[in-house]
Amino acid sequence: MIPATDEKMNIVIAGHVDHGKSTVIGRLLADTDSLPQGKLQQIQELCRRTSKPFEYAFLLDALKDEQAQGITIDSARIFFKSEKRHYIIIDAPGHIEFLRNMVTGASHAEAAVLVIDAAEGVRENSRRHGYMLSMLGIRQLTVAINKMDLVDYSRPVFDAIVQEYSRFLSEIVLSGSFIPVSGMQGDNIAVASRRMDWYKGPTVLEALDGFIKEPPPLDKPFRMPVQDVYKFTRAGDTRRIIAGTVETGAIRPGDEVIFYPSGKKGVIRSLERFATQPPSSYQAAQAAAFTLEEQIYVARGQVAVQAKDIGPQVSRRMKVNLFWMGKEPLTPQKEYLFKIGTAKQPGRIEEILSVMDAAELNAKDKKDQIDYHNVAECIIKTDRAMAFDTADAIPALSRFVIVDNYEIRGGGIIRQALPDSQEPLRQQVMRRNLKWALSAVSRERRWERLSQKACLLLVTGHKNAGKKELARAIEKKLFAEGKLVYFMGIANVLYGVDADIKTPGPNQSHRPEHLRRLGEVANLMLDAGIILIVTAIGLTQEDLEIIRNAVDSDLIEVLWLGAEPTDIKIDLHIESLENLNETLSQIKRLLQQKGIIFSI
Amino acid sequence: MSDHLEQLENLSIHILREAYANFKSLCMLWSIGKDSTVLLWLSRKAFLGHVPFPLIHIDTRYKIPEMIEYRDQLTRQWQLDMIYGMNTEALDRKETYPDGNADRLRCCKLLKTEALKNTLSGQWPRYRFNHAANRYETDPNHDPFTGVIVGLRADEEGSRSKERYFSRRDRASEWDIADQPPEFWNQYKTDFAPGTHVRIHPLLDWTELNVWEYIEREKIPTVSLYYDQGAGKRYRSLGCWPCTFPIDSTARNPQEIIEELRSGQLKNIAERSGRAQDAEDGGGLETLRREGYM
Repeated sequence: MIPATDEKMNIVIAGHVDHGKSTVIGRLLADTDSLPQGKLQQIQELCRRTSKPFEYAFLLDALKDEQAQGITIDSARIFFKSEKRHYIIIDAPGHIEFLRNMVTGASHAEAAVLVIDAAEGVRENSRRHGYMLSMLGIRQLTVAINKMDLVDYSRPVFDAIVQEYSRFLSEIVLSGSFIPVSGMQGDNIAVASRRMDWYKGPTVLEALDGFIKEPPPLDKPFRMPVQDVYKFTRAGDTRRIIAGTVETGAIRPGDEVIFYPSGKKGVIRSLERFATQPPSSYQAAQAAAFTLEEQIYVARGQVAVQAKDIGPQVSRRMKVNLFWMGKEPLTPQKEYLFKIGTAKQPGRIEEILSVMDAAELNAKDKKDQIDYHNVAECIIKTDRAMAFDTADAIPALSRFVIVDNYEIRGGGIIRQALPDSQEPLRQQVMRRNLKWALSAVSRERRWERLSQKACLLLVTGHKNAGKKELARAIEKKLFAEGKLVYFMGIANVLYGVDADIKTPGPNQSHRPEHLRRLGEVANLMLDAGIILIVTAIGLTQEDLEIIRNAVDSDLIEVLWLGAEPTDIKIDLHIESLENLNETLSQIKRLLQQKGIIFSI
Repeated sequence: MSDHLEQLENLSIHILREAYANFKSLCMLWSIGKDSTVLLWLSRKAFLGHVPFPLIHIDTRYKIPEMIEYRDQLTRQWQLDMIYGMNTEALDRKETYPDGNADRLRCCKLLKTEALKNTLSGQWPRYRFNHAANRYETDPNHDPFTGVIVGLRADEEGSRSKERYFSRRDRASEWDIADQPPEFWNQYKTDFAPGTHVRIHPLLDWTELNVWEYIEREKIPTVSLYYDQGAGKRYRSLGCWPCTFPIDSTARNPQEIIEELRSGQLKNIAERSGRAQDAEDGGGLETLRREGYM
């Protein structure tokens, strides 16, 4: 067969073990003339000689052994074509590897074939795989009810499975067509069966050809997770280029964009491209690059959104569905890294709402951990607020993965944004950023002039640990080296900016408000390019998060002085000031490593 | 622009940008062949005309001379940060296949795999091109590379199809095929334990035909060895001259190679069939690759 076009479609094949995935694929290859000449006969002959019943699965194994030069098959992919187009079946061989490979395959597939054994009916992995396909975003599915020859091509058997599995699919918001097939006998794979007059629908091959190539989501609001900001000054290129792959929608020069979660705003000056004229717009699925009119601070992990569109959700807490593939269970006791788009944040499972038993998927047990290959509904809480969309709004921006011990061990989709305690603070900072009047000198130019990056150096520790002494010593050392540095005593803020709330209120401590104001003052100083040193007693992670709301969080370094640190994440732990010079050198090394102080 | 090439280009650029954003010590292997040259071109696209990481070439001293000429010419023209490494000891000992002191596989292991591992880790000297002085100089930097971009394609040969876009390698550069983490959507393995490194494969989904179509479309300069110069022969895959042989073909330019590939003339000949070491590895590169070969 010679397809009419160069069009390619990736298909993933799933189903319970021994339900006949390989047989269906083998038959599909044979019936579409996709096999090397004489191969089928050779394997049939081999089976006859060894008195084994011929199975199409042997054919696949034989092809794999030969590694037939990547034409028909390789270890993970099978190629064939119909009159309509080229297909790549992403096969996931092996028992143990299966799910990991299926996830990888389905992530790049446009449609799926799920195989269910007519004699055995719906089994654990029929459900689990269906659930995974739904979660991974597959929207086109055909279910092949295989081995119909073993149930005498019985319509009632077929109908019962269709009924049971359709009900399940509707629960997981997925729909699909059902085809009664026999991979072994060739019924309804590529050729319509004459043994099932009662079935009038398409063959598997026709069902594949009936899948549509989904156009990129241009009709949704513009979303682009920022991958990076480039400035190749050393190569004589002064452009400041924001790069990323557009997930949905489109942008053009002149469009106003907001970067979430910071809320910073800019206007697109130019679209950039190498070797050819820049396009008039960058749209969904394209690797984009653009410059802005304003010199605002944008970093990897932010999401670019058109100002005219509805913005994404921003929160530290979200309700999610997830799938866990780590051998160690996923537990609320442990910290993990959560990645959404290009953003990455440490966080925890705040609460496990239910763990679905893959065998039933409806039994919702309350559990305190999520085991290998389990599906669960949870609440996640990340250290900092993240920007995302919910799965029903913009699926691409609802997807996250969980990194544990350097490996991706789970993934899921966000169903709902939940309120978190810092919501009002964040709103206020967003408003500030939207109204922010930029100074005439860009941040980078200021940093270049000063040979330093602005930085908030938080020196914290328990009472009387010597924080002020250390802060002053750092200030003197950096000043002596020509840096623009300032130690700001906390009292200077308390009795000035905070004079109105110096006395605690009747029912509450003003600590969060003190910290917020401290953050705002620090933000101004940092905008002026200063390395600011501030001391504070016993800061906790929650305190730090309040400050981080107001200040670009990658400009903060935390030093803990003395014993017994709180839960705050620290960049440097200083046990004591016994050897002050060594401590100062240590701090200097840290600042150099982080690129805060440098010489040109 | 042809739709399928544009899709491939967009994904490759996305992967390159992910690599650059996540790996502080990043490099790209440039074998001078068509695939890694396409990768080099894609990098210039991803980074808007720049290649913001060094290119590593493993010199075996048995490369076809045109390859080295072409490498250095492009290095100057595109202002590339070019580094080469090699197994000087094995060459001094003459423990090579052409010297008759090693079989092909051992020779590959020593001159390529070992040289590659030790160049990446910084254990052996690296020679870096100094553009001002117009010559290679010993590089004082011995930091190991933690991210290594490689231009391999899944359709080349069986074991390569088992790769992920981001594949981890352990301390000894070894690759555990059976225990690879999943790649959900476009989330890749960008976190790595100290001492390990990650191989990044932006061309995994490309076929040989796609590569030539892209070279033709983008007018990417390629080494002349790929084209028939009148003798009815051309190289389909490039390597060391003692172990690489040209195929019978009269294709003189990318357009003619595309026609040749489309016509099915080469359908039953593996792309690397002119590479003698593959045959000694039982028809696959898996043994070499598990140990760290690209």
